[in-house]
Amino acid sequence: MAISTRPAPPRHGVSVTSSGGGGRRRSSLRLNWFGGSFSWLWLIVVMLPIYWIVITSFKTRANYYAQNPLVPPSAPTLDNYRLVIEAEFTRYFVNSVIVTAGAVLPATLISFMAAYGIVRGSAGSRFLRSVNGLFLMGLAIPLQAVIIPIYLIIIRLQMYDTLLAIILPSIAFAIPLSVLVLANFIRDVPKELFESMRLDGATEWGTLWRLAFPLVRPALVTVVIYQGLGVWNGFILPLILTQSPDQRTLPLGLWSFQGQYGVNVPAVLASVVLTTLPILILYAIGRRQLLSGLTAGFGK
Amino acid sequence: MTALAPPPVAVPSSKTGGRSRSVSWMVWPALLMFTAFGVVPLLGVLILSFTQWDGIGAINPAGLDNWQSVLTGPGLLHSIWVTFLVMALSWAFQTPMSLLLGVFLAARKRYRGFLAVLYFIPLLLSSAAIAITFSALLNPNFGLGTGLGFEWLNQDWLGQGNLALGVLVFVVSWQFIPFHSLIYQGAVRQIPTAMYEAAEIDGAGRVRKFFSITLPQLKYTIITSSTLMVVGSLTFFDLIFVLTAGGPGDATNVLALEMYKTGFMANLMGPASVIAVILVLFGLGLALLLRKLGGGGASDSQLEGA
Repeated sequence: MAISTRPAPPRHGVSVTSSGGGGRRRSSLRLNWFGGSFSWLWLIVVMLPIYWIVITSFKTRANYYAQNPLVPPSAPTLDNYRLVIEAEFTRYFVNSVIVTAGAVLPATLISFMAAYGIVRGSAGSRFLRSVNGLFLMGLAIPLQAVIIPIYLIIIRLQMYDTLLAIILPSIAFAIPLSVLVLANFIRDVPKELFESMRLDGATEWGTLWRLAFPLVRPALVTVVIYQGLGVWNGFILPLILTQSPDQRTLPLGLWSFQGQYGVNVPAVLASVVLTTLPILILYAIGRRQLLSGLTAGFGK
Repeated sequence: MTALAPPPVAVPSSKTGGRSRSVSWMVWPALLMFTAFGVVPLLGVLILSFTQWDGIGAINPAGLDNWQSVLTGPGLLHSIWVTFLVMALSWAFQTPMSLLLGVFLAARKRYRGFLAVLYFIPLLLSSAAIAITFSALLNPNFGLGTGLGFEWLNQDWLGQGNLALGVLVFVVSWQFIPFHSLIYQGAVRQIPTAMYEAAEIDGAGRVRKFFSITLPQLKYTIITSSTLMVVGSLTFFDLIFVLTAGGPGDATNVLALEMYKTGFMANLMGPASVIAVILVLFGLGLALLLRKLGGGGASDSQLEGA
């Protein structure tokens, strides 16, 4: 490559850019060969199970045992979906919606308030700085490790086996990262804007809604998505804090389906598809925001 | 910046004091919720580790009994070892894969954008769904192996200790490689293109550029991603619980699972709390260790780069 750049030194400016471009093209071709085959291989690894889930969910049981597993069903059927929907799936779905909305909306609201308070008041308040420190420390607490005391608290609050039992700890564990992400964004709002709001006689509460809210909206969406996925897919809280089938959320419902219909693989996979469908739709609508939501705080 | 900060704060000090009073109420709802279900449980688990409780009846003090029985019991060391294995193997598998995929996906080319859409799908599935899918897929009687008639695929994947551990590491990677690729993709895009252009003028090839520019520039991202992987692997619960339930035997019985079984299946909340405390300590220790390895203050240096 060093040799190929030499032959044309006279027309300096042109030769450097053109040969540089050529060099890049050549080297990226080489990368394509390695990176390309690797990435297609990984694509197969990722997509094969997903493809298999989808086609199998449309197979009859007999078809499933008899046919090549990677060939789409000769006579697709919706029976599996019917079976799953009739088997309390709707109830689990509604529970998941209640738990997710009930956790994410309050968690986002109080995290937003806290982030605003921390950013606006930290300079003059040791209290706010230590609250911020507490939330940062909270990032390191794994939910699994404190599940036993949470269980005890929920029992004492007489909330065992209710959806509220899942919601409250979900809110608490969404707070640290949400505050971190939102505070980073509020800090980016120019101080002059806050100052002019103050001179106009706006209260802090008014400034929070009329100035910070519209400016931080993308970050709020990020936080809602991150929390929402976590709560929607959450397993350990419903597992430990609820008991009756009435209170099951989708992931727990999936698990109980597997126990119940274990041998009826197509039906189990239909329930997997139905559980994931809402998120897949969300992914199709707002892929960019969803992905930035997933790496909330890490990718920035 | 820091030199400029004091004067504006110092001059209208009464005003800022008033302001922080007028905003500090805003942190209370979050603070109360987090204290009730985060801080109190963290202290609670430590206290419960010195008590005897069956999960239903009265809680009685038990001194150091739980600690003694857990620390001398055979289960703990084994599950620490399994946790370590899962952690190390999944880190060693995921890191190079995520790096390669992240670098590959960072190039702004349309077909790679299309690939990225598909790559990230595993992120959307719940651990329970993933575990159920793979246990059906790998079923020795009705799974992929039998259906396709490949002998080598037709094994009792989840029925033999080492195989099950390998499958677990693979499934963990299947689930989390997209996430880490996403982090690397974002980080690679932040590397100034001028660095690559300079290297190209010096005649550096693709491999050379990767090792001399990309990799060093990603240092802090690698630390962040590794921290998330390693600390995160301590908390794999749903996936293992549904996929193997710790089995066969206790081959995949990680700490989090050992805690669940001790507490919620054997109803020994005291010993389970001891395991939970150990889990917290491991997490904190690993996070601090990785921070040290990164030369400390990783977040500061990342800010400088941005």
